[in-house]
Amino acid sequence: MKKYTYTEKKDTRSGFGAGLLEAGRRNDRVVALCADLIGSLKMNDFIKAFPERFFQIGIAEANMMGIAAGLTIGGKIPYTGTFANFSTGRVYDQIRQSIAYSDKNVKICASHAGLTLGEDGATHQILEDIGLMKMLPGMTVINPCDYNQTKAATMAIADHHGPVYLRFGRPVVPVFTDANQKFEIGKAWMVNEGKDVSIFATGHLVWEAIQAGEQLADLGIDAEIINIHTIKPLDEEAVLRSVAKTGCVVTAEEHNRLGGLGDSIAQVLAKHRPTPQEYVAVNDSFGESGTPAQLMEKYGLNAANIVTAVQRVIKRK
Amino acid sequence: MSEDITKLEKIASQVRRDIVRMVHACQSGHPGGSLGCTDFFVALYFSIMKRKQGFEMDGIGEDLFFLSNGHISPVFYSTLARAGYFEVSELATFRKIDSRLQGHPTTHEGLPGIRVASGSLGQGLSVAIGAALAKKLNHDDNLVYALMGDGEQQEGQIWEAAMYAPYNKVDNLIATIDYNGQQIDGATEDVLSLGNLKAKWESFGWDVMEMNGNVMAEVVSGLQEAKAHTGKGKPVLILMKTEMGNGVDFMMGSHKWHGVAPNDEQLAAALAQLEETLGDY
Repeated sequence: MKKYTYTEKKDTRSGFGAGLLEAGRRNDRVVALCADLIGSLKMNDFIKAFPERFFQIGIAEANMMGIAAGLTIGGKIPYTGTFANFSTGRVYDQIRQSIAYSDKNVKICASHAGLTLGEDGATHQILEDIGLMKMLPGMTVINPCDYNQTKAATMAIADHHGPVYLRFGRPVVPVFTDANQKFEIGKAWMVNEGKDVSIFATGHLVWEAIQAGEQLADLGIDAEIINIHTIKPLDEEAVLRSVAKTGCVVTAEEHNRLGGLGDSIAQVLAKHRPTPQEYVAVNDSFGESGTPAQLMEKYGLNAANIVTAVQRVIKRK
Repeated sequence: MSEDITKLEKIASQVRRDIVRMVHACQSGHPGGSLGCTDFFVALYFSIMKRKQGFEMDGIGEDLFFLSNGHISPVFYSTLARAGYFEVSELATFRKIDSRLQGHPTTHEGLPGIRVASGSLGQGLSVAIGAALAKKLNHDDNLVYALMGDGEQQEGQIWEAAMYAPYNKVDNLIATIDYNGQQIDGATEDVLSLGNLKAKWESFGWDVMEMNGNVMAEVVSGLQEAKAHTGKGKPVLILMKTEMGNGVDFMMGSHKWHGVAPNDEQLAAALAQLEETLGDY
C-alpha cells in the first residue's frame, strides 16, 4: 500500500475559496455570486480582490441561478456559491431550464454537502445532490477529495465550457494530494494500485478509503483505490481497466446509495462487465444532527465500513 | 411618424396571420397571449431595439430581449423570422418533430434570436437582470428588455428578482408585464388575484409606467418613454394592458383561447380579419 501522509487538515470549502481567487486572477471573465453565505463559502478573498465582479444576491437562490445564466450572455463565467442543498434541490428547475437546457456556462459551487455538515441536521445535509445533477444532460459533476484537489478543480472548471456542479464540504480533513496538481476533468486518479478489489471513492471518502487500504494490507488484501473526483463524465475506461484486474468493487461516497457514484459505476459494469459490487453510502435515509465523525460512523461511511464491504465483496467473487 | 406606425401595423397584421396559421397547422400552442402581445413584439423589433445584423449569443453592442412567458412562442418566432433571424418558411415547422421551433423557445436547437429557454414560468426576469449586469461590466450601454405574463406574477422567483434589481440599480433594464387579466384556468382575479400590481412594483422600487399594448402608436411612444427613463438609477417596469386574442374578434375577451388551436373554419374566419401584408410563409 502506497503511503499517504499529511501535515495539516483543511476544509475543502477553503480550497474552493483559494481556487476562486486564483481563477479570478487568471481570467477576468470569472465572476462570483453568493446567496448570503460569503463566509461559509470562503468567498471573501475573491470579493476583496474583485469587488466589481461579485454579486451579493441575498437569500434568493432561484434568482441567483437565473442571474448567473444571464451573466453568461455577455461572456462572463459565473460561479454561484451556497450550500449544496440550496444549490440543487431548491433550484432544480432553474438549473434545468435556464442553465442546463440553455447550455449556459455556469459553475454551481456547493459547500456543506453531505452528512459532514454536522449539527445543522437533515434540512441542510443533502444526500441526493449528485443524483439530481448527474441526471441533467450536459452537466459535469465534480466532487474533489481534499483542499488541494478542490482548489485545482475550482480553477480547472473556468477553462471548461459548459455547466458544472462542484461539490465540497465543511469539515477539516487531511490534505494529502499534491499542492500543484493539474486537475483533469473526467480523469480518475489512481491512488493505489492493487489486485484484489477495486475501491472507487469520491469526496471525503477517498481518505477513508486510504485508511481502509492500510488496514486491508494488514489483513493480506491488496486493494486498488481510485479517486473518482469527476462523477460525470465518468472515466469508464479507468473503471473497466481496474475491474478487469480485481474482479470485485466497493464504491464509497457521502451520498444516498440511490443515484450517486455507486449507481454510475454499477451502470458501466452492468453493460460491459457484470461484477460483484458493495456500496458504502447512506442507505436511503435522511441525516440528522451530530458531529461529522459521529454521523459518518452512524451512517456507515468510514474506513471500517469500507473494510467490511471489501471482505463481503471478495467472498462474492 | 404616422407613416412609420402604418408600416408597423402592417407587419403586426402579418405576424397575427402567422400566429393563427402556425397554431392551426400543429393544432396546439397558445394563440391568445401571442395575439395580445403582437403589437409589442413588432414595435420592439422593428422600431425600438438597437439590433445588429445576424445573431451572436453574447449580444455585445446591441439591445437584448428575453421572453419569460415562453408559451407565447408563436409571436416570438414570427417576429424573429419577419425581422430576418431565420427564413419565414421555417415557421411551418413549429411544434413539429426535428424543428428548431420547439413548443417553448430554446437555445438548444440553435435557433437564432433566442438566448435562453423559457416555458417554466418565473425565470426570465432573473436572466434578464444577469444579462443587464453583464452589459454594465462590459461597459456596453445598450438595454435589456424582458416580457412576463401577468399570471406569471404568481411565481415567487419574480419577486426575488423584483427585489434585487432596484436595490442594485439595474437601470439598463425595461421589463414589461402583459397585463391581460387572463390565465389558463380563468381570470387572474378569480384564480389568484394579483392585487394592485402597480403599487407592488412601485413599492419594490421600480419606475412603473402604464401602456396600452394594443394600439401601435401608444406602444411605440410608451416604449420610447420607457427608454428615456433608463439610466436613472431604477429599473423600468411597464404594465402593458392587452387583450388576449387581440385582432381576432372571437378570440378576444376570454381565457378560452389561451392554449387552444383554431379548427379549419375558425382559421378562415380569423384570417378574414387579418390582412396579408408581407406574404404568408
